[in-house]
Amino acid sequence: MDVTLQLWIDAALTLMILSFLYRDNPFYKFAEHLFVGVSAAYLMAIGFWDHLVPNLLGKLFPSLMSGVVPGAVGRSPDYYYIIPAVFGLLLLTRLVDRWAWLSRWALAFIVGGSAGFNLPRFLDSDFIIQVQSTMIPLVVLDQSGNLLWGASFSHIVLVLGVICGLVYFFFSVEHKGVLGQVSRVGIWVLMVTFGAAFGYTVMARISLLTGRMEALGAWLATIF
Amino acid sequence: MRIPESILQIDRRIIFLLIGAAVCIPLLLKPRFQDSPTPIVQSIFDTVERLPAGSRVFLSFDYGPDTAPELDPMAKALVRHAMTRDHEVSFFTLFPEGVGQIKKITDNLLPVEFPEKTYGRDFVNLGYKAGLGGAINTMVVNFRTLVNADAEGTPLDNLPITADVDEMVDYAIILSLTAGDPGLKEWIQFAGDIAGIPVMGGGTAVVAPELYPYYPQQLIGLMGGLKGASEYESALVDRYPAYRNATMEATMRMGPQVVTHVLIVLLVLLGNLAYFLGRSSRSSQAGRAGRAGRAGQADQADRRH
Repeated sequence: MDVTLQLWIDAALTLMILSFLYRDNPFYKFAEHLFVGVSAAYLMAIGFWDHLVPNLLGKLFPSLMSGVVPGAVGRSPDYYYIIPAVFGLLLLTRLVDRWAWLSRWALAFIVGGSAGFNLPRFLDSDFIIQVQSTMIPLVVLDQSGNLLWGASFSHIVLVLGVICGLVYFFFSVEHKGVLGQVSRVGIWVLMVTFGAAFGYTVMARISLLTGRMEALGAWLATIF
Repeated sequence: MRIPESILQIDRRIIFLLIGAAVCIPLLLKPRFQDSPTPIVQSIFDTVERLPAGSRVFLSFDYGPDTAPELDPMAKALVRHAMTRDHEVSFFTLFPEGVGQIKKITDNLLPVEFPEKTYGRDFVNLGYKAGLGGAINTMVVNFRTLVNADAEGTPLDNLPITADVDEMVDYAIILSLTAGDPGLKEWIQFAGDIAGIPVMGGGTAVVAPELYPYYPQQLIGLMGGLKGASEYESALVDRYPAYRNATMEATMRMGPQVVTHVLIVLLVLLGNLAYFLGRSSRSSQAGRAGRAGRAGQADQADRRH
């Protein structure tokens, strides 16, 4: 497509979306619906050509798919792929009320398989190694035995922050006395975390706005 | 209407206009805010820098055009660095939209800035693979099961850069540019922690706070949002001054970031100031009204007596 035409479409859709900042209007609605439609169509095409064709049809009918699936030439069919094909078809029974219960078998397989697949990974990466990463020396010394103030302070903040944050989520005992004070520090740790996350979100949104403004600038440069 | 109340009831469209001006004016004036790399970004740079020339680098573009303003500068800086160091780069994506992002690099940046680099020998596009974290797991268990050809369908054995790649561990490092799920987190979980391949990369500013806990044990380094990209560009320019005149997108975009952040901080302070001034004025008014009310009741009681 001609680059100038691309810039015009880009600019027009950007302005339509930004017009929502003033108030809701038909131009915004048009751009919003166009985005939803194009995204759905794109993902549907991707789903067929990049998921279904290479991962199922290419395995079941390699000679038929040899033109579109790399490496399918001369390969014999993998008939055990009939099982996922049947499960996939079972999912479609949700479209018919009378047969919808059949889709539960496929869903049960998906839920069970996903849980079994992800649990060990999350347990290892997001729990055990994270606990290990919190077991750090509170006093950090360099090779000559001198105290590293910055690193030590950083480690103390990390360990205390984790402990206080965990205490805040410990609901088995009423948060009174020392536990209440520690829990209060935990709330502050959470607030700082949320504040940092909000700051990062602002940065992300401004980056996207900058990108759009640059695109509009490029469009204006083609006019003037 | 009093000043604090008028500030609190300011039309939100005025704030939109102020933000728009805070972004557009620095884009026009192009002020440069040179960053210095923080340790978490410097460690990525140092790792890429220290790899022997010709090392295999796996660069996953796990993002689409919606987050390109943040992640494209990271991609360009990493590719420039890897190519300058003569590393062999395999491009890959877990996002369907990532295919277009890879093509922007292979079709626009590489032919212009590195015309001597050839496809199949110095870099390759392995394209998109479906399966989220499962795809990474399959690649770690048996790389060729999932990836047996490049994005155009050329078998890996026919490309010099991938002819010897049989396993994921044949890559020296994994770099991922992440906009969400799947992304850097999955690369850590399914490749870094299992196969022991060093994992590093960048994420949008929204994703970055979720990734910091993995540093430094599971994640070698992280570029968080545009600031992280700008820091990497600074490290690149410091080490390779030839890039001083190259378009450093993240460094250019830090101008709007700085001005907008100052504006937002001022607006937050102004809003709080107006709120507390308004509250103290309301409480003093309520106090006066209360005293007047009590005085009135006392007068009525006196009259009744």
